[in-house]
Amino acid sequence: MPPRHRFFSPGRIGAIAGNTLLELVRQKVFYFLLIFALALIGCSFFMGFLRPELQFQVMKDVSLGAMSVFTWLLAVLATAMMLPKDIEDRTLYTILAKPVPRLEYLLGKLLGVLFMLAISLGVMAVLFAATLYIKEQTTIAAALGELRQAPPEQVAEVVRNVKAATFTWSLVPGIAIIYFKAALFASLTLLISTFASSWIFTIVISVAVYLIGHLVPIARTYLLETDGSWISKAFLTLLTLMFPDLQLFNLTDDIVAGNALPPGLFFQTAGMGCFYLAIYTCLAYLMFSKKEL
Amino acid sequence: MKRIAAVLALLLLFGAVKFPMEEALTRTHRTAYFHGAQLNLPLREQIGQGAFVAALSGFRGVIADLLTLKANDAWENTRWDRVVLFYDQITTLQPRVTLHWEMAAFYMAYDAAQASLNDPNQPRQTLRVKACREYQRLGRDFLERGIRNNPDRYVLYNRLGAILMNKIGDHEAAYEAYAKAAEFPDCMGYEKRFAAYELSKCPGKEAQAYALLAKLYSEGPREHTPTLLQRLKAMEDALKIPPEQRVYNPPGPPS
Repeated sequence: MPPRHRFFSPGRIGAIAGNTLLELVRQKVFYFLLIFALALIGCSFFMGFLRPELQFQVMKDVSLGAMSVFTWLLAVLATAMMLPKDIEDRTLYTILAKPVPRLEYLLGKLLGVLFMLAISLGVMAVLFAATLYIKEQTTIAAALGELRQAPPEQVAEVVRNVKAATFTWSLVPGIAIIYFKAALFASLTLLISTFASSWIFTIVISVAVYLIGHLVPIARTYLLETDGSWISKAFLTLLTLMFPDLQLFNLTDDIVAGNALPPGLFFQTAGMGCFYLAIYTCLAYLMFSKKEL
Repeated sequence: MKRIAAVLALLLLFGAVKFPMEEALTRTHRTAYFHGAQLNLPLREQIGQGAFVAALSGFRGVIADLLTLKANDAWENTRWDRVVLFYDQITTLQPRVTLHWEMAAFYMAYDAAQASLNDPNQPRQTLRVKACREYQRLGRDFLERGIRNNPDRYVLYNRLGAILMNKIGDHEAAYEAYAKAAEFPDCMGYEKRFAAYELSKCPGKEAQAYALLAKLYSEGPREHTPTLLQRLKAMEDALKIPPEQRVYNPPGPPS
């Protein structure tokens, strides 16, 4: 007797996610890691004229900035092209002709992108940590050479300062928050792509949301703290309600500056990211469930 | 079309739910010293539209680094006015990076002050001294602003103490800065000592300084540095403490 068809199957979602990831790998999306590696090497070798603490500061700023841009770009580009490509290749019809609910198809596709983002960010984080470690060891070796005659306390102080300025575990929550921001964008782009007429339209709208999303806290402050005209108030209300507050996920600048992200605050921020992700995915399903293909 | 309208309506409903959550989370972030940069119109005019948009989009650190490279170039060419301008922008973008406040203060209070004191283009000594003091004041101002943005870190109090002690000569303010730095658990081992040294240089504060120095002396040989012993003796002499009551009694010259 054949197994009974289940309405919701994690196995089917997993299969679609695995295929999506494989497709993305075949599209050579990971080649961008070369650019990231070049940026890292460039930073570590061409900033030699600056004092070591500043070199580390620049390396961390540039690397985390590049991680943020690359994961966002990957999330938007990979998701924007997903549905149009499946329609163009007729893969979508083959899948949906089988007893695969549209929700499973969407979830599988989104999970595939999220896996790809996790792998990319993980590789970038490892490259980043390795480069910082090499730079740290070089700097410590140079300092020890210069401080041969210095008292042990002074040497220990220098080593402690160098280590504090390079890779610290406080950077990890910052990297995780970059992931949640990219995941939010993957689900938002998926939502846009369910009603967009072309992938270019999807990308343009996603970029616009990226720019506007960073202005949301300014709009909210203006809305709450000033007395403007009703038109401006209505416009700002619409803006703050419709767009996600992306500044909530911009914590790396301050984390690089030495701010610690307490676990409670990290989970609140990550939870907010998951909340956005869930809502945008539900809305994407609502759009996609009755879409004429 | 109906479906798009329904999605937009749900998006607005979701917006109404998320609005207070976002506001509350932003406030919590601020209490943990996140989002402290004031990205306003004067800054936009200074750094340009493109850099301002990049800073708003989460690349404040990268823009601040680019400006640091420009500031470094200005410093190499002794263009102190441009160094001040760049560091004003850098510290506005990255107020939580203490290194930027430190470097700005150092460039002003030490490098620019010394350069203006030896300025070959200014024949009048009075004006050279005036310029030197102005740069020292700028250095102090950078650190005081830095402390307002980083009240939870000892390092800027330490640097302020150093400038007040070495450059400005305001011993009472230097004592206050070092004493404040000494309150932090991760501070340098010498903060308390330096606070006591500075207090011992303030006229009328001898008794208080003596109490501090004596307390440090009682903590053991690690604190018995030559300067501490010298300041302790100076205070005992100034307060005319009888030899039998003195904390520190160095052996007299052999008779």
